[in-house]
Amino acid sequence: MFPKGTKRKFSDSADDPAPEPATPLQRQSLLDMSLIKLQLCHMLVEPNLCRSVLIANTVRQIQEEMTQDGSWQLMTQALAAAQCPADRLVASELLCRQTDPAAAAGGPKPYALVGEAYQEEEEEEEDSEECASEGEEGEQVFGTFEIKHPPPGPDPALEELFSDVDASYYDLDTVLTGMQAAPKMGPYDLLESLSSHGRISSFHIIYYSMNTTEARTNP
Amino acid sequence: VAGAGGGCNDVQWCFSQVKGAIDDDVAEADIISTVEFNHSGELLATGDKGGPCQPAPVPRGVQRVQAPSRATNPSSDYLKSLEIEEKINKIRWLPQKNAAQFLLSTNDKTIKLWKISERDKRPEGYNLKEEDGRYRDPNTVTTLRVPVFRPMDLMVEASPRRVFANAHTYHINSISVNSDCETYLSADDLRINLWNLEITDRSFNIVDIKPTNMEELTEVITAAEFHPNQCNTFVYSSSKGTIRLCDMRASALCDQHSKMFEEPEDPNNRSFFSEIISSISDVKFSHSGRYMMTRDYLSVKIWDLNMETRPVETYQVHEYLRSKLCSLYENDCIFDKFECCWNGNDSVVMTGSYNNFFRMFDRGYRQDVTLEASRENSKPRSVLKPRKVCTGGKRKKDEISVDSLDFNKKILHTAWHPLDNIIAVATTNNLYIFQDKLN
Repeated sequence: MFPKGTKRKFSDSADDPAPEPATPLQRQSLLDMSLIKLQLCHMLVEPNLCRSVLIANTVRQIQEEMTQDGSWQLMTQALAAAQCPADRLVASELLCRQTDPAAAAGGPKPYALVGEAYQEEEEEEEDSEECASEGEEGEQVFGTFEIKHPPPGPDPALEELFSDVDASYYDLDTVLTGMQAAPKMGPYDLLESLSSHGRISSFHIIYYSMNTTEARTNP
Repeated sequence: VAGAGGGCNDVQWCFSQVKGAIDDDVAEADIISTVEFNHSGELLATGDKGGPCQPAPVPRGVQRVQAPSRATNPSSDYLKSLEIEEKINKIRWLPQKNAAQFLLSTNDKTIKLWKISERDKRPEGYNLKEEDGRYRDPNTVTTLRVPVFRPMDLMVEASPRRVFANAHTYHINSISVNSDCETYLSADDLRINLWNLEITDRSFNIVDIKPTNMEELTEVITAAEFHPNQCNTFVYSSSKGTIRLCDMRASALCDQHSKMFEEPEDPNNRSFFSEIISSISDVKFSHSGRYMMTRDYLSVKIWDLNMETRPVETYQVHEYLRSKLCSLYENDCIFDKFECCWNGNDSVVMTGSYNNFFRMFDRGYRQDVTLEASRENSKPRSVLKPRKVCTGGKRKKDEISVDSLDFNKKILHTAWHPLDNIIAVATTNNLYIFQDKLN
């Protein structure tokens, strides 16, 4: 069980065993899973705002805890050090975006991904100013986001998550971000990299938004 | 009277009927999305996710419920049903004012008012028309014959009367008819609108929790309901486990709540999933209007409207799932939205669970029971046997272990007849009706 959380559940049962503290691996695994879910939110037949919000809040909680024990900073430093050429697929906006200088001290916020996930829902209320401001931070937007962790065993839940991901999803993202030379990365490549044995596996998050890609390709 | 004379364990629930496909191959269209008795209990409405032009093995729409006194042979007294060709998320009946019945249905964005009428006679004996409705050659008509009404099989008809559209940007999760019978509310993830039943081109926004910057969004509206007899009062629940009670007399925009109901967090049970499992999936006032019930992932809570600090009663639906939350997060079951309902005299509450189990909690007798809706237990008038989940240690005979539970078989929607011990329980694509053996 994971010890840290924000909300309520008063248990009136004395029989419940005290939850064990989450290991860093468990916490990382939960973070990975949550980020995948947020990505896949775009692809659901019926996008569910409540679900997206709950998952995003979970990511925030993990990030807060990791910031407190210093592991978040370690991770972002590792990312910066492992900066790959721009022909890899993106999504560091998740971590690198700092909309508020005051918040920068507290660590980057994963709001951007969440914010843009919600933008899709609103047809008539597109905030064009917001898109424009994202374009300004173009330098920070692109990069590679990799979480490196010791390889877990094959994960049937992840396999199921990716089982019907459409490969053209990644192609479209490539095209829209102008990275024609990017290697095609199908769903099974991602799966493979996650469930590899005996080597460090890396995990790429692909960030895709209907609204912001226009901003990026038309600076 | 429902619930009187003994605890819920004294009631022997019998299978009455089941509707829907027998096989497990469930099409998206067949998934039952809502079940609702009307105020007299004579009619039962169901909705599913199917859109128009979808074949419907599940009889969606409205059907007449058999009153207990008429239950002679359940299998032969087929309930007449009609199909409403709609994707339906929620249905709410209007209180009956005259012979016709009205209900409100909603899909993701649009609400519709339907008039439900029953026909048990039809005119026969036209000699101006052929059987198929074509007019006969007037030269062949030699007599004057007046058509007469003859009895026919009961038929239920629905016709759309009003369409309330274009007021919601986000997906509608609730509709609720006011006790004034003139207005109703509709709620989506971020806003609640007030409508007049007669006016379709205008609605009033009464709650708006959308932040200026969507990136700051951390909480959504999950359910809303009008008080059963105070026409100025309504509640709405949130994904953070809070319930806000609002008084429409206080101001036009009810962003300021009159009361906020929230239970303090138990520090011993905190986890990364605490917020998700505290998210309220349903809120229902008691018939009396004195209490309200909320459903979150693991429990049902009863709140006294006069006490905001904590619920007066808490019932654990499936506490054995607490140690499985990570897996349930992985497979998304943790986001399942279970509903709950009261019996007619507010003495028993009911809600669904997994493995096609559903649970009843008797508030007075402090008893609870777990029952199962399955084809195997579905012989006419066969009594449902209580089920038990084994949470650890040695599994007794007839118990089922937590790891054997089928999480694809979930009962999200249940309904209780307003007057009698008759319940409607929806599995994914089947509708079960059970009733008290005494009936």
